[in-house]
Amino acid sequence: MAEKEYTIVVGLEIHVHLATRTKMFCGCELSYGQPPNTRVCPVCIGMPGVLPVMNRTAFEHAVLTAMALHCQIASFTKWDRKSYYYPDLPKNYQISQYDLPIGKDGYIEIPEEGGGTKKIRIRRVHLEEDAGKNIHDLGGYTAVDLNRAGSPLLEIVTEPDMNSPAEVRAMAEELRRIVRFLGVSEGDMQKGHMRFEPNVNLHIHRNGQIFKTPITEVKNLNSFRALEKSIAYEAHRQYEEFLETGQTLQMGNKKTFGWDDVQEVTVLQREKEEAHDYRYFPEPDLVPVRLTAEQMKELENRLGELPLQMQKRFENQYGLSAYDAGVLTAERATAEFFDRTVRLGAEPKRVCNLLTQVGLRIANELSVRVDQLHITPESLAKLAKMTDEGLVSATGANQIFEQIAREGGDPEAIAKERNLIQSSDSGQIEALVDAVIAEQPQAVQDVVQESKKAKKALGFLMGQVIQKSGGQANPKIVSQILQAKLEALKRKF
Amino acid sequence: MEWTVCSIRDRIASGKLKSREAVERFFARIEKIEPQVGAFLTLLKETALEQARKVDEKTASGQPLGPLAGVPVAVKDNLCTTFGPTTCASRMLEHFTSPYNAHVIEKLLAADAVIVGKTNMDEFAMGSSTENSGLKKTCNPWDLSRVPGGSSGGSAAAVAARMCAAALGSDTGGSIRQPAGFCGVVGLKPTYGRVSRYGLVAYGSSLDQIGPIAQTVEDAAVLLNVIAGHDPRDSTCVSEQTAPVPDYTAGLEMPLEGLRIAVVESFLEGIQTEVRQAIEEALRLYQKLGARLVPIQMPHFEYAISAYYVIATAEASSNLARYDGVHYGYRSPRAGDYIEVYSKSRDEALGAEVKRRIMLGTFALSSGYYDAYYLKALKVRNLIRNDFTRAFEQADCLMMPVSPTTAFRFGEKTADPLQMYLADIYTIAVNLAGVPAISIPCGLDRQNLPIGLQIVTAPFTESMLLQIARMFESQTDWHTRMPVFAAD
Repeated sequence: MAEKEYTIVVGLEIHVHLATRTKMFCGCELSYGQPPNTRVCPVCIGMPGVLPVMNRTAFEHAVLTAMALHCQIASFTKWDRKSYYYPDLPKNYQISQYDLPIGKDGYIEIPEEGGGTKKIRIRRVHLEEDAGKNIHDLGGYTAVDLNRAGSPLLEIVTEPDMNSPAEVRAMAEELRRIVRFLGVSEGDMQKGHMRFEPNVNLHIHRNGQIFKTPITEVKNLNSFRALEKSIAYEAHRQYEEFLETGQTLQMGNKKTFGWDDVQEVTVLQREKEEAHDYRYFPEPDLVPVRLTAEQMKELENRLGELPLQMQKRFENQYGLSAYDAGVLTAERATAEFFDRTVRLGAEPKRVCNLLTQVGLRIANELSVRVDQLHITPESLAKLAKMTDEGLVSATGANQIFEQIAREGGDPEAIAKERNLIQSSDSGQIEALVDAVIAEQPQAVQDVVQESKKAKKALGFLMGQVIQKSGGQANPKIVSQILQAKLEALKRKF
Repeated sequence: MEWTVCSIRDRIASGKLKSREAVERFFARIEKIEPQVGAFLTLLKETALEQARKVDEKTASGQPLGPLAGVPVAVKDNLCTTFGPTTCASRMLEHFTSPYNAHVIEKLLAADAVIVGKTNMDEFAMGSSTENSGLKKTCNPWDLSRVPGGSSGGSAAAVAARMCAAALGSDTGGSIRQPAGFCGVVGLKPTYGRVSRYGLVAYGSSLDQIGPIAQTVEDAAVLLNVIAGHDPRDSTCVSEQTAPVPDYTAGLEMPLEGLRIAVVESFLEGIQTEVRQAIEEALRLYQKLGARLVPIQMPHFEYAISAYYVIATAEASSNLARYDGVHYGYRSPRAGDYIEVYSKSRDEALGAEVKRRIMLGTFALSSGYYDAYYLKALKVRNLIRNDFTRAFEQADCLMMPVSPTTAFRFGEKTADPLQMYLADIYTIAVNLAGVPAISIPCGLDRQNLPIGLQIVTAPFTESMLLQIARMFESQTDWHTRMPVFAAD
């Protein structure tokens, strides 16, 4: 059997909840986990006589995202009604966009293993309102919660350009990084901020022919892990099914499967694609939306550098690892804070360590962004420089960072106040070194005789000196003096 | 003309009349007349007296009064109110009370008006005779065996029988102007976008517009002053910068010099002779006042009804989808699963005409038919709009009948819906173009039934429209005629 007899082909339909303050067409607050039907008004529950009013911020969020996905942006777009009856859709039509989506024909660049990138084409990006939720587990009846009804929802449809479970996951994670980076969504899959519905099939290569298996749409994926696993499972399942039945892709034999997170299998939900007629027509209650060249320009300026570009730049320009650069570019605030600090002349790796090890921890603890902490790029740059110059130890720098982050202040003043300035007074250090050499003859001997333990012994002596200094001796200078003294002893020996 | 809006307002403001007296006087008439006319679906005597009491208190304590202070008015039952049900004359909403007030209701209340009741209509405003009401029969006060017109038949009948000083209606294809014409009162459909539709239960969203039905042109202007203007809750409502709201009563008495009146000769062909004669008579009067007639063509006018019944029904099929028995309104007790909640509730609570239009609209929007019907209708609509634009390049206004006949008898047209649709030929094109139009009384036929003259002007020129209407009114006494039945 050939190494790889088939290619997995996956396209994604993605729904992203936009993080606006209010709903798409009314003033109700967006909420999560609130008591049912407490975040509703006559508009979002479809009372007689109500009219929608477009949320401009949601529209801008959608344009920003479409721009980040390199789409052609519609300078003239409109709203359409999509009709279908369902109890969680109070008007029995959804306000959506049909033939003039906000964005079309774009692509997203995703990181590939080995450091390269791959482009996944984006077919369209459009904005619509979300439905409410039917709650079925109440016994003999179904209840409807309309808190979510009318929330702004961005639909993104890709071309079938992904060819492995890992690529699908990479695409999903990159998209999440983009929407979080842009601040248009919190991108929390568990909370349903992002829903991914893959369309999967196989291209099976056999006897010089290609057989395409029927497409399945997979629903109910609540994590990146589930998304990745479901693709792998589907590939396997479809291959087995093909071997058994020989069934290939036909019009109308698309199936819908649900992901069972416990069994880690896909379960058939619908055998045949129902022929929906949504009877789209232009929404007469809303006026078309025009984007002027100036508005477009203004949004482009707000867009700035994308996370993947920034990550690559951090790697190339600052010599950071892909991992470090990835952590820094998960959020725009962190990335920009880092970038500004480094531009002030601070050493990138040093700044990266301080930011990712201390900054993100405290920010997370206080539920704020890094740039909302009391530390500024200026004070961080100063602190990094002090550390590089040996004025403070790395541990001392972490303590200083934490204090400035929480309360503000000048790194030098805090270092002095907390007694964290390292001694670089060589006379003083020399005395300590002499004392330690006198106290630790065994270790000295190990070094001088270049025994197997020499390296360990040297470290031990260093530690002893620093301990004697109460942790304030500059390790660089200690090392210099200690090594010089030991060299002298060696020569004597 | 003792009980017009202006007269009541002035007398209350000057202390000669108490709002309570006015309300009681109208309710006394309602008690006497309403049982035979049936104009109201809900009477709101208690809240009306309460509103009147507040006005009287304001007057007594010398507080400033709103422009409709103490004036008893009625509103069509497709305008949402938190007091009394909002039924749209449908069994679907028979017991429905809105959680909010429509924009125009807020405006009326802010103007210190007193709302005496909610008037009957064709179910969801679909019809031209009020015979499609699912809840009540309304008779024309001029002849109780005839229809009042529709869909705002209750509002027109109530004003004609002087059961209120004035009323609000809504006009999607003539629903203010035609019943006003049939009942011998003034009916104004403002420009689309002039009055907020927030809280008007939608029928054809791109055509619906709220407007006044009144005894005089001046009363209509006073009401328009109150309800016109921008509302951020209606995106199709025009901003004050684009179209400022003037005082529509200012300059009302000033006749327009050198008025150019567009007329389409064919519009007077094939219609009831007396209607034709009354319109010709009116035109002669305008000429006597210095106006000049400009014969024009409206080449796409004849396609208006076809385009209207595609666009309005398409929008209606979607607008009325929410009446499904799930969240509010009628739910069939016979429904098993949720599909049956939809099908049985709608089947049992919606009337035949509403179902007919929902089906028409659903069909027109269906995949494979959209281009042939809906898209084509939109193109026709544009052509009709252009017809009006060209007309108003050559003339200040267009004059034509409101409808080809005077009020017809109950049942006369119900058997043939198409005949009923065709009678709206003169009013429908106006909605498609979105332009303002007024219907004013201009005569009586041999059976003593009112005839209406329709005047149309360019978008947002309601001031001129009212001025033109007033020119005729000031020279005639048709607006002072009352149905004998409803005389004091």
